[in-house]
Amino acid sequence: MTMTDEYVSLDPQSDPSPAGVGGKLTFDRSSSGRKGVVLPALDVPESPLPDERFLRDDLRLPEMAQNEIIRYFVGLSRLNYSVDTGFYPLGSCTMKYNPKVNEDVAGLPGFAAVHPQQPATTVQGALELLYELQTWLCTITGMDAAGLAPAAGAQGELSGILMIKAYHQGRGDSARRKVLVPESAHGTNPATAAMAGFDVVSVPCDADGNADSGFLAENIDETVAGMMYTLPSTLGLFDREVGRIAEMLHANGALLYGDGANQNAFLSRARFGDMGFDVVHLNLHKTFSTPHGGGGPGSGPVCVKSHLAPYLPAPVVSSEGSGFSLTRPPKSIGKTMAFHGNFGVLVRALTYMKSLGGDGLRHVSENAVINANYVQARLKSAYKLAVDRPCMHEVVLSGSLQKKRGAKTLDIAKRLIDYGFHPPTIYFPLIVDEAMMIEPTETESIEALDAFCDAMLAIDRECTETPEIVKSAPTSAPLRRLDEATAARKPVLRWQPSA
Amino acid sequence: MASSPHPYIANTDEDRRRMLDAVGVASSDELFADIPLEFRIGGLDLPSALSELELTREMADLAHKNVVAANGTASFLGAGAYRHFIPSTVAHVVSRGEYATAYTPYQPEISQGTLQTMFELQSLTCELTGMDVANAGMYDGASALAEACLMTCRITGRERIAVHSGVNPDWIEVVRTYAFGPGLAVDVVGDTGATDQHACLAVQQPAFLGGLEDVWSLGEAARAAGALYVAAVDPISLGMLTPPGGYGADIAVAEGQSLGWPVNYGGPYIGLFTCKSDYVRQMPGRIVGRTMDLDGRTGYVLTLQTREQHIRRERATSNICTSQQLVGLAATVYLATVGKHGLRTIAETCYHKARYAAAQIDALAGYSVDLSKPAFKEFVVGCPKPPAEINERLLERDIIGGLDVSHLVEAGMLVCVTEMNTREDIDRFCDALAEAGR
Repeated sequence: MTMTDEYVSLDPQSDPSPAGVGGKLTFDRSSSGRKGVVLPALDVPESPLPDERFLRDDLRLPEMAQNEIIRYFVGLSRLNYSVDTGFYPLGSCTMKYNPKVNEDVAGLPGFAAVHPQQPATTVQGALELLYELQTWLCTITGMDAAGLAPAAGAQGELSGILMIKAYHQGRGDSARRKVLVPESAHGTNPATAAMAGFDVVSVPCDADGNADSGFLAENIDETVAGMMYTLPSTLGLFDREVGRIAEMLHANGALLYGDGANQNAFLSRARFGDMGFDVVHLNLHKTFSTPHGGGGPGSGPVCVKSHLAPYLPAPVVSSEGSGFSLTRPPKSIGKTMAFHGNFGVLVRALTYMKSLGGDGLRHVSENAVINANYVQARLKSAYKLAVDRPCMHEVVLSGSLQKKRGAKTLDIAKRLIDYGFHPPTIYFPLIVDEAMMIEPTETESIEALDAFCDAMLAIDRECTETPEIVKSAPTSAPLRRLDEATAARKPVLRWQPSA
Repeated sequence: MASSPHPYIANTDEDRRRMLDAVGVASSDELFADIPLEFRIGGLDLPSALSELELTREMADLAHKNVVAANGTASFLGAGAYRHFIPSTVAHVVSRGEYATAYTPYQPEISQGTLQTMFELQSLTCELTGMDVANAGMYDGASALAEACLMTCRITGRERIAVHSGVNPDWIEVVRTYAFGPGLAVDVVGDTGATDQHACLAVQQPAFLGGLEDVWSLGEAARAAGALYVAAVDPISLGMLTPPGGYGADIAVAEGQSLGWPVNYGGPYIGLFTCKSDYVRQMPGRIVGRTMDLDGRTGYVLTLQTREQHIRRERATSNICTSQQLVGLAATVYLATVGKHGLRTIAETCYHKARYAAAQIDALAGYSVDLSKPAFKEFVVGCPKPPAEINERLLERDIIGGLDVSHLVEAGMLVCVTEMNTREDIDRFCDALAEAGR
């Protein structure tokens, strides 16, 4: 593939753009000689430059005035749907309200301006904060030790699975090649196990999205390193057999990994550690309210039982008589990032936890679960439930009845946009036909839920009366449906000057 | 009177009563009935809730316990995280809730803000590095390098990774962490150490200790071994230095923190990731492409998603999902603001100030800097006493000194100078060094 034959060049001048800002890029808006900021004059004598071959010729970056820059990026921001602007029931992502005080605290110069290479004596406040967060997370999960280094849930998963690998190797047990992953698991789970060099064994699920216990009984043996288990399941259900699964694994020398991305569901109600999990990761950007940023930054700490603590990713924070310090666990799987994790996200998460306190965290799970069940109760007359029993933090519906009437789940999702809502997660979990995964979170009011449910019920009626309206949605968004097939077949992945 | 339990929870007890009635249960406890009795707990042993005022006081107290480069305290610390000037435009755009509180743009019709700015970042990263294609970012520079090395193993089918000895040791360690899972070997090699067993030779320009590498002959060494050439670069340096596309890199990565983002005690940062167009389908991470909507209007979508975990599961190029998008937005606004000439000015300012500082320090009794070696904004100072001891003395004078690298270079201190260091700072640093060295 070369740049000339595969990449389509679009003429920015003839580019009709949504809301007057989309389409045209900074490069297209650039005008020679404009500037966005003035930099100080050099206050030291110039030195000879390095040898010419080290120096570049041209640097093609935009030139824009500050006013243009702000209008462009503010204008673009208005094309986004966000938690700050509306209800965002994206299942499994926990799009709860992101408290503003967290932003103020994380922005304090005493946190934001701390350099990661500073000596420990100069960063005692930062270390104390991290130590306290480790303690809170251990209490919440019922585990013995925590590592805050992983940058996101998927890196937490990778850390956890590498720790399981190192643990078995450390015991001279190198025959364990397999990791069991239920087919209802997040896509990151099988990808993680593969990235850690394991053979992924996909575990079939029963109708509740729980791992098939018969399959487990047949397949758990001395070739299994561990199992990755999402709790609650991606059907929003709590697996009543989880304790027995842990026992089966442990009896065969295998370990149980918990995907705690949705810890929101049972905060202060049950703990991974009590149920037999050996290692669990949490997504602080989900349960602990840090903003999702359009796709990060997140944070994916891992919490472990004592037998895995020596393997935690480096560094962890220790407390000694003289103060706090960064230390390397004796058998650490190593560093996952250059420094100590997504500190700014960790600050926000602890700020959130302290705001709620122990009792508040219990209210979080209670209200998250009530809200999801309320949505379920209001919608189950019109939409088929994946499983008809009380759910936890999210409810999974199927659009299969509506599909028979002519509009499928994708259409219903797009129509929700016209009603002013962000669609739920769709076509996941894979085990539910035409799935819609709705996670309202505890921060939403009954009025917001009612408005959403009213829209869902109206769309259901439209599927019968005017399915073409549903199928052509959205019509009120900045853009109509986009051609994703062409985007993948003829990728245009960067700006190019027009020919 | 009705009451909600917390400002972050909207519903009052009356609202909850109505909802539970609609659900058809007497109490919320019934909704948790699936949790086996033996695992149910009555609460957590954690402190009570704080009011917002108490909370901000408590957190500010923690923040005050840290020494930071502000209010008269100067810093000469770099080594992978850099203080650079951040124009006001950056924070004002990045703090907008429309960007900060959205998620991965799976619904492109209502996510064009995020998608178009991701496309901007890809475009700006390509221009900066001189490479063909870029993704929308990785966790940080180190993990981007690790993923780059894994990618070369997928492309070549080889199972050894060669990392040049000039690369940041922390980054090498991250490469080892990522290599442990699939059982790949990591060799730290000298200039001619790459062999036909190696999938890649990974180099850093400038090197961890600040010097400019002969990236041309290193590239030739990689090609001679049939290995791919991976370059890790400082994006600010690309305001003046030859970009990796100019010396034949197959993959180039960078720590993007320098582009408009505070040092934040190490994170969140963003890894920039680029490659030659031949390898685009082996890239990890999110990629945004340009397309059209039903009415023929230009728009942007996530594309080439068959590489990714949510589609390909165990056959994905990486497990990466949520990355560092908001930091990428900061880099985008930063580059648009400093623009073509600003980035060159910043790079040259860093260069001249670092050279000035290096010469001043070299002239101090007991200190030495190798001034013959080409460098950018960092250099190693040979100290007359253990660097840790000198740094303690510097702190007494409100100066955060350079990184103690005496385990790599005898009595070595790695000093970083950027546009944030005024001439006064540098002169004060030199005076303090002179005193501490006596």
